[in-house]
Amino acid sequence: MAAAGTCGTGTRSTGSMVAAASTNNVTSFQRRGPRASGADSGCSRLVSIAGTRPSVRNGQLLVSTGLPALDQLLGGGLAVGTVLLIEEDKYNIYSPLLFKYFLAEGIVSGHALLVASAKEDPADILQKLPAPLIDDSYKKECDEDVCSHKMEPDIKMKIAWRYQLLPKMEAGPVSSSRFGHYYDISKRIPQELIETSKWHGFFLPEKISSAFNVESCSLTPGYMKLLQFIQNIIYKEGFDGSNPQKKQKNILRIGIQNLGSPLWGDDICCTENCDTSHSLTKFLYILRGLLRTSLSACIITMPTHLIQNKAVIARVTNLSDTVVGLESFIGSEKETNPLYKDYHGLIHIRQIPRLNNLIYDISDVKDLAFKLKKKLFTIEWVQDNYLRQERNIYPPGFSYLLKQKDSAWGEGSLQHSTFLMSFLAKATAFASRLVRHCEPLKQTGSGRIHQAAGPRLWHDGRRQEAQF
Amino acid sequence: MFPELNNLLNTTPEGAEQGKLTLLCDAKTDGSFLVHHFLSFYLKANCKVCFVALVQSFSHYNMVGQKLGVSLTTARERGQLVVLEGLKSAVDIFFRPQEEPHPLQFLREANAGDLQPLYAFVRDALEPVDCGEAAWRCPVLLVDDLSVLLSLGVGPVAVLDFVHYCRATVCREWKGNVVALVHDSGDAEDEESDVLLNGLSHQSHLILRAEGLATGFCKDVHGQLRILWRRPLQPTTPRDRSLTYQYKIQDKSVSFFAKGMSPAVL
Repeated sequence: MAAAGTCGTGTRSTGSMVAAASTNNVTSFQRRGPRASGADSGCSRLVSIAGTRPSVRNGQLLVSTGLPALDQLLGGGLAVGTVLLIEEDKYNIYSPLLFKYFLAEGIVSGHALLVASAKEDPADILQKLPAPLIDDSYKKECDEDVCSHKMEPDIKMKIAWRYQLLPKMEAGPVSSSRFGHYYDISKRIPQELIETSKWHGFFLPEKISSAFNVESCSLTPGYMKLLQFIQNIIYKEGFDGSNPQKKQKNILRIGIQNLGSPLWGDDICCTENCDTSHSLTKFLYILRGLLRTSLSACIITMPTHLIQNKAVIARVTNLSDTVVGLESFIGSEKETNPLYKDYHGLIHIRQIPRLNNLIYDISDVKDLAFKLKKKLFTIEWVQDNYLRQERNIYPPGFSYLLKQKDSAWGEGSLQHSTFLMSFLAKATAFASRLVRHCEPLKQTGSGRIHQAAGPRLWHDGRRQEAQF
Repeated sequence: MFPELNNLLNTTPEGAEQGKLTLLCDAKTDGSFLVHHFLSFYLKANCKVCFVALVQSFSHYNMVGQKLGVSLTTARERGQLVVLEGLKSAVDIFFRPQEEPHPLQFLREANAGDLQPLYAFVRDALEPVDCGEAAWRCPVLLVDDLSVLLSLGVGPVAVLDFVHYCRATVCREWKGNVVALVHDSGDAEDEESDVLLNGLSHQSHLILRAEGLATGFCKDVHGQLRILWRRPLQPTTPRDRSLTYQYKIQDKSVSFFAKGMSPAVL
């Protein structure tokens, strides 16, 4: 293709690639930069990368975070070329889970991984990843890839010939190209999956022991080495499109653990005014520059609760694209709050980026809580639990009367209420007594109750006074 | 360019004022829609624009610009638009040291000095050339955004000096405009950001401040925009006029309405 000629000079500007591609009317993803719009992606020549899908809003390429519930909250997934910042919970119990889900999703989708940590050896981190769930009962959508498999033209069935048209089921889905998988935390990922995956590890104590000859640049040596390592991998493996001979495009998933903690050599969590106060923000800016010009997505967990200087937290948030905060209930007063009885913590979606658009996908639900069950990590709306409990005590189909505290039992002192009002009454400050007023309305033939509640006004065609 | 915002500001692309410093400021919300507005506004007004895009990549602005009716790629090819892509240039200069002074030279230094190379870049980009071709109306400098420079280690005084130099050259000498976006940190106690914001508010002619609603997130009203006109040129006009509107951002435009008059509420 003519486009290959212009790109063969090794220029790194994705702008020129896009210009060349648009003149040739090529929509194949291999020739466009990672931020190209998929507006004309309806054409079948679009080559897709395993484990990704275009966003419904603007055709942005998305990867899954490993948690389908989190994908939904983020508007479909994490956009390629952006940073997902996880603000760690206080005792760092739940944020490593999100980190592991992200990496496990990368292995299952066949993406390349880059794991950076100052605390744990990346090889050990990979050993502890959760195993993917292949159980059909957790699949939410039909697996279209199964249907597209080639059928062996072996035996022609004579009687049950319709069965010949059915696709053959996979024995075991090792590398599934479906978007978003479920994982079983109680099991470890099978060893063969790790061995077939392509991963690069950055363990700070190993890298920093070599003599450093970096010029002073106001970045701590740890960050400097990490940036050079990431840039090296992106360039050598061709994730930034600098190697056009590569046939199969792939995504690089970068995971950086506990960024900003003192183990990285940064004082930002120890003192309020430190000398290297700009080191972390500079690192994030250069990292964002690297990501925007390559096919990669990054997850960073950061102990923001340790950062003394609030201004730095605000700057870090502005420099990241998607920010999710975890707040666990351990040791906090919310542990005894009955509203949060079944949950382990709250999850706050603090920021979602507006990419290639004026607007962004934001869910209306704001009170989100997470729960760590034996096998799964789930995210739910807090009110669901509360309403469930309410319905057990005040079942719908009845009407309820509301009496204010210290008021008489005479006429006119009782207010009529439906189930919803009874729910609201619980939240109000004044104590009220709720009295069940009437029997549930007769069931109609279809089993649906037409009126949720109501006094027996029109049942007999005559108005009846309330009886006590 | 949002037509409703043009009506509120009482400007049109044909009759845009010259020699002004406009400050865009956002607090607890994202004010980048104002940057997209001014970028498309000045491109439609046939001005020569120098866009210092430090936050997002060029294709992001291009795609939003297409929704608003301007094509940044054609403007760049025609020479009407000069873009400094901060993210790409930062990666270039960080990993491959360059000999000639680069606009983002301060990234390589331990103590970021001043923004003179950046000012030199702006000056070279907007210098009016006296050749026979169709001249652009006036030069415009658009910066998105100045708070990122603080995060990269530049001191607030250095940023204020840079803006002062740009104002002296672009606004006063060449009768152009300068538009800059600054984040207001609010209660995050960012002293550097406060110094920068106060200094710029004092110098600017027009301040557009996008604030999030005090009551929190709302689906139908995304925020509140406060428009403050300062330094009126005629002595007869009343000084420091201010207006407040609430807005909702849609796919291709932003709709403005008086406080409490959101269509969802009425």
